[in-house]
Formats: sequence, structure tokens, C-alpha cells
Amino acid sequence: MAVMTTQALPSALAAIVDDFQALAEPERLQLLLEFSEGLPELPERLSNHPELLEQVVECQSPLFLTIETDRDSAPGPETAVRLFFKAPAEAPTTRGFAGVLHEGLDGLSAGEILSVPDDMPELLGLTRAITPLRMRGMTAMLGRIKRKVSAASGVRA
Amino acid sequence: MPYPAEQNEKFAAYAHPERLVSTEWLAAALEDGAAANGGLVVVESDEDVLLYETGHIPGAVKIDWHTDLNDEVTRDYIDGAAFARLAASKGISRDSTVVIYGDKSNWWAAYALWVFTLFGHQDVRLLDGGRDKWIAEGRALTKDKPAPAPGNYPVVEREDAPIRAFKEDVLAHLGKPLIDVRSPEEYTGQRTHMPAYPEEGALRGGHIPTAASVPWARAAAEDGTFRSRKELDAIYLDDAGLAAGDDVVAYCRIGERSSHTWFVLKYLLGFESVRNYDGSWTEWGNAVRVPIVKGAERGSFPVTVGV
Repeated sequence: MAVMTTQALPSALAAIVDDFQALAEPERLQLLLEFSEGLPELPERLSNHPELLEQVVECQSPLFLTIETDRDSAPGPETAVRLFFKAPAEAPTTRGFAGVLHEGLDGLSAGEILSVPDDMPELLGLTRAITPLRMRGMTAMLGRIKRKVSAASGVRA
Repeated sequence: MPYPAEQNEKFAAYAHPERLVSTEWLAAALEDGAAANGGLVVVESDEDVLLYETGHIPGAVKIDWHTDLNDEVTRDYIDGAAFARLAASKGISRDSTVVIYGDKSNWWAAYALWVFTLFGHQDVRLLDGGRDKWIAEGRALTKDKPAPAPGNYPVVEREDAPIRAFKEDVLAHLGKPLIDVRSPEEYTGQRTHMPAYPEEGALRGGHIPTAASVPWARAAAEDGTFRSRKELDAIYLDDAGLAAGDDVVAYCRIGERSSHTWFVLKYLLGFESVRNYDGSWTEWGNAVRVPIVKGAERGSFPVTVGV
């Protein structure tokens, strides 16, 4: 098995990945549950406007997300990006992964987010506990964020 | 059976009313301390591996279809030794009454019940309405994980033949009734995966020749409970054309949704010979040279080729 490296990851995300990798599988699931509980509520300007969010249809459970960038500065790799997610409480696994991405990437620059490897979800060490179908949903969530960040910042992934 | 079957008018119309319990029955049994000594064990089985952890019926243990019941390497179920270890670790003995419930109208709970049945566990029942109904009724939930005393479970060899069909069995079965429980879009071949679910890589879309399309959720009412005997008769006998005594095979994508239909046909309608084809479309839709029909028509067997 290849040694999994967190070198290329932004530091907050790398720290989360390190936390997961330091644990045994049952505790990894418990940590994912904590991330699901920690996913912040949408701000009112978005919760009152569900049409501003996009559904990631590849996720097994309903998962909606959007990003925001600072409109006052010129778009580019330094553009700071805010991430927003919405997923029902009945979908803790999906919420948990949204929580990981939120804590690991929210507020970072477009360039940093676009540098995250597409297969980053695999680094959490959950591929045995979580079905391949669900893992693909997680990868799709990251992919959607990166596409939106690329479109908003004009930086190619 | 350690616990007498629930008696009520709805269940009495089913062929095997002893395979269901209502939320009222379970709440009363738990109140009476039924779960205290392992005589009755409540099992939650969900699609989402973390849903149990967000809150479950007090005393219920968790069995995950993916990590607990499927073999990690081979595409198969666990063997008798692994099942005995799993059951014992959950406080289940061979003579325990096991009540299984879960999310999504008991979709995954029915799958777990089917696997318990592969091992011949005698008294295993579903909670009618499952997790959603229990919660909708405002009944007790807890995040406390029980630490049951280990059960006493022998190593029992899995007996697949009576209730499980393999691809070869389905090929030999062609010409006899098949029920395809997937969505209409999957049945016609318009898509190879569930609506709003990710692509799972079947190379061909469509259905097994002659299979009737009866999406699994038709058997469930709005509140997740099973429809009445009368309604189920109308769906499976009148609409799908099954007749008493038929030998039936049900399939879906990986065998989970069809477990729900298997339960309906076997225990609610009383078909003696019902098998679940767990290879389902992820096998059939990728297998070389098996016959497939596209479109809304059931198609015929033998398949006419090249016309």
C-alpha cells in the first residue's frame, strides 16, 4: 500500500487527515460523526434562498452546497472562498464529510482549494467502513467545490 | 418462539403475522423488560453507517449491512463462524427473538433480516414502519450504546439455496416469474443506477427478460409501514400477475431493495418459494452474453435474436 501523504494539502485539512489517520476505524467513524454535528447552519441569506445552493446528485443523501468569493477584489488564485453546505440530520455520513471540507477549506484561497487532490477523501481511512458508492459521493462533493471555485476565480484546477 | 406473535387485525391478514411487530408492541415489550436478558434483541440496520449513532431505540444494537454482513474480500455474505461471532457480540443467542428496524421503510432492515434467514435464525421480525415511524410517534431515543452480555450463538452453516438465487439459478429460472424492484428508469434501461444516486458502473441497462416491474416502495405506505394484505394482493397478484404457488425470483441493483420485496412475498403474501438474486443488476448488467430486454415491455423467453 502506498504511503499516504498529506504534504500537498492545506494545513487545516492536513491536520484533519492526520487526526483521522491516527485513529482506529471505529474512532474514525466517531470523529466523522463529530464533524457532522459540527457542520454550521446556513446563514439566513442562504437558508431563505435554497435556490442559491446546488445539489450534488452523486451523494446518496441530499447534499446542497455553494461558495462565495469576495466581489470587491479581482478574481484570481488569492481570492478567498467561503463554503456553505446543507444536508439533513438523517444523513450523518454525508454531513460529516461536508463538515470535514468546511473546517479544512473554508476561508482559504482559490489556489489552495484547487490544489487539493481529487482523491483526498481516500486519505481519511474510511474506505472499508463506508461503501464505494458513498465514497464516490464524497469525491463528487469535493469535485463540485473545485469546479465552482475554478469558475468563480478564473483559476484552472 | 420466546415471544408470542403480536395479534392485530392488520397483521392477521398476512400469511405470517409473526414476522412483524408494531411500534406499540415493541414499546410495551421494552417497557416490560423484554430486552433485559437477551430474550428479545432489537437491531437497527440503516443505509447510513452513522445514523444509529445519532440516536436509536434504547437498548438497540447496530448491525451494518456493509461492514458487518458482507464479506470484506469476496462478494458474498459472511460465513457461519463470522455470523456466530457477530450475533454473540450483539447479545443475540440462537433462540433470541430479534426485532430489526431501520431507515427508508426498513429497506436495509429487510436486507439484514434476509441475511439472518440465510443462517436459519428462527425468530426474526421487522418493526412495521421502522425508524421513521418510531421517531414520528415521538418515542424514546438514546445515544447510549448498550453493552449486552455476549449471546450464545452456534456456528451454523449458511443455507443459501432456499432463499438466494445466483446468476446461474436465474438463467435456469427464465420463463418463471421474476420481479424487478428497481425504478422504472432502471427497468427500461434509460439509466443504470437509482435516480439521485451515483452511477455504479453497469455496462448495460434494461431488465431480465420477462421480469415484471414492481418498484419496491410500492409495498410501503406513506408512514413506512407495509401496505395492507388487500393492497399488496392488488399490486403483486392483479398488477404483476403472480399466482399462488409461483416460484419467484426478485432482484434490484445489489439485492437490498429486493430483500424488502422478498419479505413481502415470502411472509406477508405467503409464497413458499421466493428467492432474492443479490447479484442483481450490478452482476447481470455486466455479465457477458446474458439476455437483456430494453424498454417498458417485459419481453419474452426464449429471447428472439436477430429479428
